[in-house]
Amino acid sequence: MLYINCPHCGMRSQNEFSYGGDASVKRPELNKEISDQEWDNFVYNRKSLRGKHLELWQHISGCRQWIKVERDTATHEIFRTFKADEEVA
Amino acid sequence: MTQAFRIENGGLINRDKKFSFKFNGKTYLGYEGDTLASALLANGVHLVGRSFKYHRPRGFFGAGVDEPYAVVQLYRNGETEPNIKATEQELFEGLEAKSVNCWPSVNFDIGAINNFLRIFLPAGFYYKTFMWPKSFWYRIYEPFIRKAAGLGVASTKHDKERYEHKYEYCDLLIAGSGPSGLAGAYAAAKNGAKVFLAEDKPRFGGSLLTSDVNIGNQSGKDWAEGIIAELKTMPNVVVKNRSQIFGYYDHNMLVMSEKVSDHLPSTKKYHPNKRLWYIRAKEVLISSGSIERPIVFGNNDTPGVMLSSAAKEYLKVYGVLVGRKPLVFTNNDSGYETAIEFKKHGVDPIILDTRKNPESEIIDEAKNLGINIKNSYVVVAAQGYKKVKSADIASISRDKKQLGKIENLKCDCICVSGFWTPTIHLASQSGNKTKFKEEIDAFVPGQSKQNEITLGAANGVFSLDETLKTSFKAASELSKKITKKDNEVVIPNVVEKKSSQHDKFWCVPLPKGKNYKRFLDFQNDVAVSDVEIALREGYRSIEHVKRYTTLGMATDQGKTSNLNGLQLVSDIENKVVPAVGHTTFRPPYTPVSIGAIVGREVGKHSKPTRKSPMHEWHEKNNAVFVDAGIWLRPRYYKKGNENLFEASKREAKNVRTNVGVCDVTTLGKIDVKGPDAAELLNRVYTNAWLKLPVGKARYGVMLREDGIVMDDGTTTRISENHYHMTTTTAQAANVLSHLEYYLQLVWPELNVNVVSTTEQWAGAAIAGPKSRDLLQKLFPNSDVSNEGLPFMGFMEGYLFGVKARIFRISFSGELAYEVNVESDYGNFMWEKIMEVGEEFNIQPYGTEALSTLRIEMGHVAGSELDGRTIPFDNALEGLVSKKKDFIGKRSLQRSAFTAQDRQRIVGVVPLDKQTSIPEGSHLVKDDKAPLPNPKLGHISASCWSVEYDNPFSLAILKDGKKMIGQKLFAMSPLKNKVIPVEIVSSHYVDPKGERVRS
Ligand SMILES: [Zn+2]
Repeated sequence: MLYINCPHCGMRSQNEFSYGGDASVKRPELNKEISDQEWDNFVYNRKSLRGKHLELWQHISGCRQWIKVERDTATHEIFRTFKADEEVA
Repeated sequence: MTQAFRIENGGLINRDKKFSFKFNGKTYLGYEGDTLASALLANGVHLVGRSFKYHRPRGFFGAGVDEPYAVVQLYRNGETEPNIKATEQELFEGLEAKSVNCWPSVNFDIGAINNFLRIFLPAGFYYKTFMWPKSFWYRIYEPFIRKAAGLGVASTKHDKERYEHKYEYCDLLIAGSGPSGLAGAYAAAKNGAKVFLAEDKPRFGGSLLTSDVNIGNQSGKDWAEGIIAELKTMPNVVVKNRSQIFGYYDHNMLVMSEKVSDHLPSTKKYHPNKRLWYIRAKEVLISSGSIERPIVFGNNDTPGVMLSSAAKEYLKVYGVLVGRKPLVFTNNDSGYETAIEFKKHGVDPIILDTRKNPESEIIDEAKNLGINIKNSYVVVAAQGYKKVKSADIASISRDKKQLGKIENLKCDCICVSGFWTPTIHLASQSGNKTKFKEEIDAFVPGQSKQNEITLGAANGVFSLDETLKTSFKAASELSKKITKKDNEVVIPNVVEKKSSQHDKFWCVPLPKGKNYKRFLDFQNDVAVSDVEIALREGYRSIEHVKRYTTLGMATDQGKTSNLNGLQLVSDIENKVVPAVGHTTFRPPYTPVSIGAIVGREVGKHSKPTRKSPMHEWHEKNNAVFVDAGIWLRPRYYKKGNENLFEASKREAKNVRTNVGVCDVTTLGKIDVKGPDAAELLNRVYTNAWLKLPVGKARYGVMLREDGIVMDDGTTTRISENHYHMTTTTAQAANVLSHLEYYLQLVWPELNVNVVSTTEQWAGAAIAGPKSRDLLQKLFPNSDVSNEGLPFMGFMEGYLFGVKARIFRISFSGELAYEVNVESDYGNFMWEKIMEVGEEFNIQPYGTEALSTLRIEMGHVAGSELDGRTIPFDNALEGLVSKKKDFIGKRSLQRSAFTAQDRQRIVGVVPLDKQTSIPEGSHLVKDDKAPLPNPKLGHISASCWSVEYDNPFSLAILKDGKKMIGQKLFAMSPLKNKVIPVEIVSSHYVDPKGERVRS
């Protein structure tokens, strides 16, 4: 079970969180004309990366905040965590 | 027979407390502190089972967790448990156990015929033989294998025992209480670290309980007892015996199974049977020790052949002689220690040492005691069927290839030592890439992967002095890092005998003309010849060899067999062992009870039960409940002998003619507040929300980004910046997360807060033509007329002094209202509604009538919003705004979603107006068409229309719009029904929606 450092609450076990997928995906702006391809990329197409991956988790049984977690998908190592509005450098 | 093999004194058992127990129906005596194995051996019982494949007689091979043979079926307190190792099961008064793998009895086993047929049962036998013909598999092969194989029988009864889960956090977790574990625990504890020490056996001390050493002028055992006693007094230390750490998971999470009650005749009141611990440790010290490995020789599975360390443990811990004419067969000094113990207890052992001229303090001691030692000698084969009677022995050449003349030597047990294998499972599970250590012919942990360190014998260090020094030091440093304290611990002086180098010898060659079975894996009957076949047939990867031969796959997970298997592969393949590599170590290290894994989440406790504030009233009024998610909701209220059908029909009918009341507390409720609340709703829902006035409710549909309907519900504008959103019962949690996702990540600029208020409000739906009359009486000071409170209107009022929210919304299609009060007043509200409603013939209605009412009206619910439908499919396209953008809108432009013949909701009526259509039935054009019959749609929900008194269903049907009036067939192969049906509008009752506005 992963041990995730919620930027709001501190170290908590994985069973307090729910997974939210790739954090690098940006929702297209509202009312913007976009191609089918762009929209499909947003809705469906994901890279299944091996290695460092920035992903979303929600601290659902805690502060209910969505956070970003930088995790290695192969080793499960967690490098850094960020608040939703924090820039990932 | 009364414990004929128990020595007069000695051992750590409690001779003051005698236990009587039964094995295979026969009664024996043992002592408190015995295991089932030691008690049986004390009584001279060596035959305990039959092997898995050949059903050969099986005895005891080890004395603990490594035991491959002595697996029994245990009976305790009216329950039975399979796969119990007799070497781990502690004795208690009245214990009962039986052998497994034998029928009709352990002494005469029909399956042993496999033994004579074994030429037909080589490696891969099952794969090769039972493949063909295919039809034979289910009828003949599978039942046969099932009967012939298996290790005991699981109970089919409900397990009455209780199992608990516990979470623990510590600075230093120590796995194993041998010398390194004790030293580590002590040093870390002295530095103030939070220490957790786990020992799988009942007694702490590990090898110190059996080794002849001296620590700080005490025996090893006394030193261990002193340390444990002191640790137990320290508030920062937890010590647990009977506790096996069986898995090392991510982020330094280890899981441990504590046997709380297995050593007792029955579980004490309020105690669990087992406790599963999830332990998150900052640092882990693995001190799991090592397991002696066997030397492979002919018939080495005969009862009476056992590990020399086990023989020593039976003698020193349990006071039991495993034989009176022992033969010790060794390639290292450990065998001598066992022989010396025998000699000290008046038994004359003979030592066969594969080495030519070994010299060490231990060997000198054996010589001084006058023990008969034969150098460069091996056991070629054990003789005897159910028990060792003698051994064929021979001298062996320097190159270990040639055997001398074979002699027969009488003996009653063969104690074998092929040196030691570090127990590296936990380290390996942590992700540590192990490395092969040439000097000990075994793998040891390599670079630490997580925060783990492996010390002592588990790390291939067999000197006590070095073990203690490194363990004290390592634990001091680790704990210092955490606590910033540095309290020095004096490392005690150690006296131990130096040993000499072991012989890299592991397998005795077959003598000319002999074809003895030489077993590698004792539990799964994998012999040298099986691995040879696998390699000959082209299996190369050790993982493949393992699966083809089943080497190391039994409940003992190859604790005694893996390394010898690797040696064999490396010999045949002419590769060094590290090049062969070992198979992956996976948790659990030892079998774990399913009950312990499940914990207390069984039956009703598998999920929480949510009850509405009116639950007691429902119970008192004969409600029959149904699970709705985790809520309990009244399905119907039983009157007299009514069944579900009759009751729900009565309840629904009463709504259509008079007035009914339904508990709708379970609906998800979310408070949406903030200056941008309207903007959020406008983006989340498909329809327009910016112009909804205060005091008005609106029905809304929300989509996922892929265009699929996620949920629906009404949202009411309570005040300028305050909205009350409702969701379906099932989607409440998902919708909240969904809103939070957009507010926190996508549109953080929106100034809105959302919070669940589901449990803050109790809700009652009042529906039916007389509902307004009732409402007026409930709220005499409010104007609830059609003008005062129009359809989709909202107001606040006082229900007998209790502040209430009144919404004029309808799910039944009738004139209807929903009244919400604070949860604590829920029951009060309900009772008042029933009391005042009496003159209007009010009746409560449950979820079944609720469904009937909504189906008749063509209102969609979870069975239509099933994660596969878009607004059009549910005839909700009128709610999809063309002007504004919203979540999922762009997906609706995809060609599949705009196709002219898309599926759509319709009504379905059976032509005979009699036969109810099972939900899930497929709609087809031709009921006689060859299979697979093309499916046009499916029945999503069915009811008995109370308006027309005939069955009515909703369906999602391809090109549904054009299908109205068509005749199709509803087919349910599951219920074996074919029903001719007509397709009608989904709005079966009041298609213009006049009633709700009346
Ligand atoms: Zn948090």
